[in-house]
Amino acid sequence: MSTAPHVEKIFAQRALVSDEFPLTDTTVRIAPILIRTKSLNLFYGEKQALFDINIGFPKNTVTALIGPSGCGKSTLLRCLNRMNDLIDGVRVEGKVLLGDQDLYAPGVDVIGLRKHMGMVFQKSNPFPKSIFENVAYGLRIQGIRDRLVIQEAVERSLQGAGLWDEVKDRLSESGLGLSGGQQQRLCIARALAIQPEVVLMDEPCSALDPIATAKIEELIFELKEKFTIIIVTHNMQQAARVSDFTGFFWLGKMIERDLTERIFTNPKQQLTEDYITGRFG
Amino acid sequence: MSRFFEWWRRGSVWVWLSSAALALSLIMVAGLVLLLGAKGLGFFWPSNIQQFQLADGLVLRQVTDHESEGRYHPARIQLKVANRDIYGQDFRWIDLADIQQSSLPKDALFVERLEYGPFIGRLIQIEEYGQVLARGDEALSIARSRLPSAKAHNAQIKTLEQSEAGSLNTRIEKLRLAERKSELQGKQTPQTMQEAENKRKELHQQFEQLQTRLDALRAQSNSLTVTLETVDGHSKVIPLANIARLVSPNSVGLFGKIGTYLSRMWEFLSTGPREANTEGGVFPAIFGTVMMVMIMSIIVVPLGVLAALFLREYARDGWVVRAVRISVNNLAGVPSIVFGVFGLGFFVVTVGGGIDNFFFPERFPTPTFKTGGILWASLTLALLTLPVVIVATEEALAAVPRSQREGSLALGATKWQTLWNVVLPGASQGILTGLILAMARGAGEVAPLMLTGVVKLAPSLPLDATFPFIHLDRKFMHLGFHIYDVGFQSPNSEAAKPMVFMTALLLLLIVLVLNIFALRLRKKLRRRTGGSSF
Ligand SMILES: Nc1ncnc2c1ncn2[C@@H]1O[C@H](COP(=O)(O)OP(=O)(O)O)[C@@H](O)[C@H]1O
Ligand SMILES: [Mg+2]
Repeated sequence: MSTAPHVEKIFAQRALVSDEFPLTDTTVRIAPILIRTKSLNLFYGEKQALFDINIGFPKNTVTALIGPSGCGKSTLLRCLNRMNDLIDGVRVEGKVLLGDQDLYAPGVDVIGLRKHMGMVFQKSNPFPKSIFENVAYGLRIQGIRDRLVIQEAVERSLQGAGLWDEVKDRLSESGLGLSGGQQQRLCIARALAIQPEVVLMDEPCSALDPIATAKIEELIFELKEKFTIIIVTHNMQQAARVSDFTGFFWLGKMIERDLTERIFTNPKQQLTEDYITGRFG
Repeated sequence: MSRFFEWWRRGSVWVWLSSAALALSLIMVAGLVLLLGAKGLGFFWPSNIQQFQLADGLVLRQVTDHESEGRYHPARIQLKVANRDIYGQDFRWIDLADIQQSSLPKDALFVERLEYGPFIGRLIQIEEYGQVLARGDEALSIARSRLPSAKAHNAQIKTLEQSEAGSLNTRIEKLRLAERKSELQGKQTPQTMQEAENKRKELHQQFEQLQTRLDALRAQSNSLTVTLETVDGHSKVIPLANIARLVSPNSVGLFGKIGTYLSRMWEFLSTGPREANTEGGVFPAIFGTVMMVMIMSIIVVPLGVLAALFLREYARDGWVVRAVRISVNNLAGVPSIVFGVFGLGFFVVTVGGGIDNFFFPERFPTPTFKTGGILWASLTLALLTLPVVIVATEEALAAVPRSQREGSLALGATKWQTLWNVVLPGASQGILTGLILAMARGAGEVAPLMLTGVVKLAPSLPLDATFPFIHLDRKFMHLGFHIYDVGFQSPNSEAAKPMVFMTALLLLLIVLVLNIFALRLRKKLRRRTGGSSF
C-alpha cells in the first residue's frame, strides 16, 4: 500500500548513517533505537520459548514480527512490557533495554514502565464501561482528576485512533456496543491516551473483516509519526504493507531480521524464503 | 426402529425431560401461591350472616365451610360462632338436616371488637353516661358516625400513654442508671443522693398527674357505650371506643363489601397485632422482616465480596485455599438452627456480654446487648447466607475475561486498581445475583431468629423517633415467626388460620419485592456497563 515512499526515505537516509545498527549486510542507522533486547531467553517452567533474541526497534518505525504460530512472537512482545510476569513459572534471562534502562533489572517499577508501552490485543477487550471511560481509564488510574485534561486526552486519543467522528455523539454509551473493528480502534485509543512511546500490537486484525483491517493498517501508518510500533501478525501481506522492518521467527529463534522490502524480495535465509513463499507454516 | 434411534440421537428425550421438570417446578410454585391466596385472601371478605332455626333454638352465624355427605358424617356446614366471651367456642359444625329454616336478617351486625374477638348479633341501643341516646337503626347510625372520633380519642390516649408516660419512665430509669453509675465509680456523696431523690420525687409526681389525666380521658372514652344482643338473648354493654369496625354484611351491597374488604386489608398491613396476634395487623412483623434483611445485606455483601476476592485473587491456590473453599461450601449445608445456637453463644452472650460489661455496667443485671436483638439476628443470618454470596462472587470473578484484566494491567494499573475498576464492576451482576439468593434465604429463615432476637410481640419498632433512632439492640417481630406463632402457638389458632395463610403470602410478596429491587439494580448496572458476563 503505502510502504514504498517511507522505505525510500529510509534508503535515502542509509548513506548518512553510521555502523551502530546491525542489519544483515550493510551497516546502517536509520533512527535511534528506542528499545532492544540483548540475549533474551525465556522459559515457561522447564520449556524454553525464546532463544537468545537480539533485536532492536528503531524509533518511529513499524516492525512486524512474523512466523508460524507457536514460534514465540507473542511471548517476545509480552516481554517488552513485562506482561509475562503475570504468568506463574516464567523465567527471563538477558536484557530488554528501553533507552539505556534495563527493564528486567532488579527493582524496576513494572507498573511504571507499562505506562511507556501501549498494548493492543488480538481480541479486542474494551472494559464494560462507557466509551469515554474506556479511553480515560489509563489517565484515571494515574490519579489524574482534572476533567479538562481528561476530556482533551480522550478526544485526542479517539482522533488518533480514527474513531472520533464515529463515536463523538455517544461517548457515554457502553464500549461493548461498538462493532468489532470499532472496538479494536477503541482499544488503540485507550492505549494512546497514556501517551506511550511504544505501541505493541498482537495480531490486532486477526478477528476483523477486510474493511476494518484496512482501516487499522492505515491507522498504523499514521501512528508511526508519533510512536514506535511493534506488530505481531500472521498475515504476510499485512506485514509487507505496514512495516518498515520485519523479523522472522521460528521455534523460538529469530532467524532473520531486515528491511521489510528485502525480507520479502531477497531473504538471506532458506527458512525465511520457504516461509514467505508458503512452503510451510 | 430407526426413527426411534434418530429421535434418541437428536436428544429429544432430554428436551422433553427438561421441559417437564420445569413445568413441574412451575406448577408446584403456582400451586403454593394459589393455595395461600385461596385460603388467605377470603379472610377479609365480609360474608353474609345467616340466621338458622335449629331444633334447640335460633343461631346467627357466618358459614365458613361445608362438607357434603361423608362416611362418618352427613352433609354439614361449619359456622363461625364468634362471641367468644359468651360461647367460648370459635367454630361449630351443624348437620344440614337439622336446619329447619334459614334467613338473612338485614339488621344482623358483625362487630369487630378490640377484645374477645368479633361479636355477631344486633345493636339494641347507644348510651352516653348511662343515658340512652337512641335505639335500633337510629342507634346504629349514631354509633357509625361517632365511631371515628371515639377511635381517634382512643388513639390519643394510646399515644399519651406511650410518649409521655414512656418518656417519664425513661427519665426515671436514666436517673436510676446515673445514680448507679456514680455509685459504681465511687463518686456518690450525700448531696448528689439528695438531689437525685428530689428529682425522682418530682418525676413521680408528674407521673401521677399524668395518670389522673389519663384516667379522666379513659372514663370519658368509656362513657359512650353500646348495648349488643345475641340472637338468643345474651346482651353485652361495651364502650364504643372498644369497637374497631361495625359491619352489616346483609344490608350493604357489593361495593360496601369491597370497601370493608379493602379497609380490613389495609388494617392488616398497617397496624399492629391484637389478641395474642390472632387479630389486627402484622405491620411490626413486616417492618422487622424488611429491616432485618436490609441490615443482613449491608453486612453480608461487603464481607462475602472481600472474602471471595481474597480467595480468588490473592490467596495462593494451595491446599489451604481448597480446604477453605470446601468448608465455605459446606457451611451452606449446616442446619440453620446451628447458626442460631452459634449466634446465641457467640454474638449474644460473648460479644453482647462484653459490650454490656464495658459500656453499660450500671444497667446490670438488665441486659442491653447481652440478649437477642435485631443486630444479632441480622449478623447470624449474614453468617448463614455468607456462603451463597462468596460462591456467587467467586463464580462472577472467574467469569470476568482474562483479556480485560490484561488490558487494564497493560495500561499501568496495579492489581488492586484492576480489581476495583474492571473486575468488580464486571462481576457486579453476579454478585447481585448472590445477594438476591441470600436475601431470599435470609427472609425465609425462622429457626436461628428464635434464638437471637425475634419475639411474638415487640413493644416498639427497632426504628423510631427517639434518639438514636436505629435501635439495634431491640427485639423485633418477623413474618416467618409470626406464621409459626399464630398458626401453632396461639390458643385459638383455628380462628386465625386464614391469617397464617395471609402472612405467608405476604412474606412471599416481600421476598418478591426485595428481589425485584435487586433485579432492577442489576438491570441498571447492566445498562451502565453494557452487559457482559452474566
Ligand atoms: N502461558 C504459557 N505457559 C506455557 N507455555 C506457553 C505459554 N504461553 C505460550 N507458551 C508456549 O510458548 C511458545 C510460544 O508461544 P506464543 O508466544 O504464544 O507463540 P505465537 O504468538 O508466536 O503463536 C509456544 O510453544 C507456546 O506453547
Ligand atoms: Mg500469539
